[in-house]
Amino acid sequence: MSEVAVIPQNTKSAWVLPSRGIVGMACLIVAEAAIFLIFIVAYLYYIGKSLAGPTPHDVLDLPIFTSICLLSSSLTVHLAVSALHHGRRSLCSLWLAATVLLGSIFLAGTAHEWYQLIYRDGLTIRTNLFGTTFYSLVGLHATHVVVGLIMLSLALFFSLTGSMTSKDTGRLEVLSLYWHFVDAVWVVVFTVVYVLGR
Amino acid sequence: MATHAPVTDSVVNSAPRRLVLEVLHDWVTTVDHKKIGLMYIGYALIFLVIAGFEALLMRVQLSIPNNHFVSPQVFNQLFTMHGTTMVFFVGMPVLFGFGNYLIPLMIGARDMAFPRLNAFSFWIASFGGLLLYFSYLGGSGLYGAGSAPDVGWFAYAPLTAHVFSPGHSTDYWTLAILLSGIGSIGTALNIVTTIICMRCPGMKLNRMPLLVWLYLVMSCLVFVTVSPLTAAQIMLMLDRYLGSHFFDTQAGGSAVLWMHFFWIFGHPEVYVLILPSFAFANEIIPVYSRKAIFGYPAMVAASVGIGFISLSVWAHHMFTVGMGAGANTFFTLATMIISVPTGIKIFNWLATLWGGKIHFTASMMFAVGFLFQFLIAGLTGIMLSVAPFDWQLSASYFVVAHFHYVLVGAILFILFAAFYYWYPKMTGRLLSEKLGKWHFWIFLIGFHLTFDFMHIPGLEGMPRRIYTYEADRGWMMWNMIVSSGAIFQTIGTLLFVYNMVWSFIKGPIAGPDPWDAWTLEWSTTSPPPHYNFAIIPTVESRRPLWDLKHPDDPDSHYE
Repeated sequence: MSEVAVIPQNTKSAWVLPSRGIVGMACLIVAEAAIFLIFIVAYLYYIGKSLAGPTPHDVLDLPIFTSICLLSSSLTVHLAVSALHHGRRSLCSLWLAATVLLGSIFLAGTAHEWYQLIYRDGLTIRTNLFGTTFYSLVGLHATHVVVGLIMLSLALFFSLTGSMTSKDTGRLEVLSLYWHFVDAVWVVVFTVVYVLGR
Repeated sequence: MATHAPVTDSVVNSAPRRLVLEVLHDWVTTVDHKKIGLMYIGYALIFLVIAGFEALLMRVQLSIPNNHFVSPQVFNQLFTMHGTTMVFFVGMPVLFGFGNYLIPLMIGARDMAFPRLNAFSFWIASFGGLLLYFSYLGGSGLYGAGSAPDVGWFAYAPLTAHVFSPGHSTDYWTLAILLSGIGSIGTALNIVTTIICMRCPGMKLNRMPLLVWLYLVMSCLVFVTVSPLTAAQIMLMLDRYLGSHFFDTQAGGSAVLWMHFFWIFGHPEVYVLILPSFAFANEIIPVYSRKAIFGYPAMVAASVGIGFISLSVWAHHMFTVGMGAGANTFFTLATMIISVPTGIKIFNWLATLWGGKIHFTASMMFAVGFLFQFLIAGLTGIMLSVAPFDWQLSASYFVVAHFHYVLVGAILFILFAAFYYWYPKMTGRLLSEKLGKWHFWIFLIGFHLTFDFMHIPGLEGMPRRIYTYEADRGWMMWNMIVSSGAIFQTIGTLLFVYNMVWSFIKGPIAGPDPWDAWTLEWSTTSPPPHYNFAIIPTVESRRPLWDLKHPDDPDSHYE
C-alpha cells in the first residue's frame, strides 16, 4: 500500500499555522459572546417593563471600585504571561496571585451587592422582570469569573510548585485570553445594567 | 487505480479475535476522530429509524379522516419528538460524524485539533438524545402518565410555562437540547481549529477541498446560532425552576421574545444542516462527472455569503405575528436575496455536470435527485418568503411539505449519496450498487408521492399539527396518497439498512480508491489506519491525487 500513500514531499518553504489553543479559545469566545448577546438583548428589551418595583434606579449603586479591580486584573494577567515568557517564574506567580486577588475582590463585591439587594431591597429573580434579567445577566458573568478564577488559581498553584515553565507560555496565554474576554464582557454589562438601565 | 493490490484487510483480520468487552472498551474510550465519526453516524442512524417510525405512526393516523389510531396526546408527543429528534439527534450528529471522519483525512492531518474535546462533545450530545427518550419513562412518572414532551419542536411560550406543561416532560426537552447544544459547540470549535491549524504542508485555504470550506462556514455558523438557543434554553429553565419571568406574559414577559430567540437559532440551523449537504455534493458530483468542480472561488464565496445572509432571515417564520410592514419587508427581501448565492451553487453544479463523462452510480443518482429536489424546495421557499403569501399558508401543510422537501429531498438524498460514496472508505467494502439503485428508485417514488402531494392539502387549508380531520374537507385523497408514499420510503430505507449490513460482511473489497477520486482521503487505505497517513502528505493543488496519477499534467499548472 505504501506506494499509494506517498505524496511528493516538498520542504521548499516553512509551513507555519496558527496555534491551536488561540484559535480554539477565539472560537469559544465567539460562541460565549453570542450567549451573552442574547441575555443582553433580553435585558435591554425588558428595561422599564417591570410591572412592580423595585426599579434599578431605586436599588442599584455603581460598583466603581470592584469594576476597577476586575479591569486592572486584565493588566496583571498580561504581566504574568509576559513574565513567564521571559522565564521569570516567581514574578509570574506574583502577578497571577494579584490577578486572583483582584478577581476575588470583584466577586466579593458582587456577592455583597446581591446580599444587599435580596435582604435589604427584597429583589429576587422572582420579583419582577428587572430581577429576572439582572440576576441572570450579572450571574452569567459572575459564573464566568468563577470559572476563570478556578483556572487562574490552578495556574498559580502550578507556578508555585514550579511545574509551569516558559514552555507553557502558550497555555497561560490562552487562559489570559479568556480572562480578557470576561473583563471585556463586564464593560458591556456595566454599560447596559448600570448606565443605560439605570 | 485498479492496479493496486486489494487492500491489507486480510492481514489486519488475521490477528486473534478480541473479546467483546475489549472492543467495547476500545470504542468507549477512543479519541480517534474516525471512530468518533462512526459513532456519531451510527447513533444518528439509530435515531433516524426511531424518528422515521414516529413519522410513520403519524402518517397512519392521518391517512383517513376521523381516525383514532393514536390519541391526540400521543400525536402531540409524536410530532414533537419527531421534529426534535430529526434536527438535533439525526441531522446534527450525522453531519458532524461525516465531518469528523473526513476533515482530518482531507486536509492531511492525523487527528482533530482537540481529540479529547471531540470525545466529550460526542458523549454529551449522545447523552442528550438518551435523556430526550428517557422522558417516555420518566417524563412525569410520578403521575403515572409517563410522558414525552408535547410542546412542538419550537416550543412556543407560554405553552412551556409550568402552568401549561406540568410535570417534567418539557424539562427533558430543554435539557436534552441544552446538552446537544454544548456538544455541537464543542465539535464546531474543534472543526474550525482543525481546519485552521492542522492542514498539511501546501494545503493553503484556496486549495482545501470544498467540503472542508463548507464545514468551516457551517461550524462558524454553529457558534452564532446554537449559542443563542443555549441561552434561550437557560432562560426557559430559569423560568421553570427558579420562577423568573423571561417568557411569562402574566408578569410582563414576552412570548414573542422566545419566538425571536428560537428562530435566530432555527433558521440558520437549516443552513447548518444544508451546508454540509452542499459539501457532499461538491465532492461527489465532480468525481462522477470526471471533471474538476466548476467555479471553485465562486463556490467558496457563495458559501460564505449564505453563512452571512442566513443570519438575517429568521423572522420570516414570524410573518403572522404582526411585526409591522418594515420588518416584514426586510425579512422578505433578505430571504429572497439568499436565493442568489444558492442559485450560484446550483448553476456551478450544473456546469460541472455539463460536458462531463457522467458515471451514474447509486451515489450519483442520489446526487442528481438532490439537485432537482433542492431546486424545487428552494422555489417553494421563495414563494413562502413573500409575506402576504405566507399569511395565507403559514402553519399549513404547504409549509410542512416545503421544509420536508429541503430536509428529505435535499439533505437526506445527498446523505444517502455520501453513504454510497464514503462507505467503502469507512469499512473497506463497497455497498451493493444493485441494491443501491433499487433503494434510489423506491425512495424517489416514495418521496415524491409523499411530499409532492403534501403541498396540495396545505393549499386547501389543512393546518399542520392537527390530530385528525373531518371527511368533508376534501383532504382525504391527498392524505391517503401522502401516507402511501411513506410506505415506499420505509421499504427504501430498510433496503438501505440491509445493504449496509450485508455489504459490511459480504461486499466486494473496495481498495484505497474505488472511485478514482482526487482528494487526500483516497490516498490512504480503506479503512484508514488509526494514524491516517504514514507520511504527512504535501499538496501542490486542489486535487493532489490527480497530480499523483497524472504527473505529466498536474493541476498546479492551471490554478
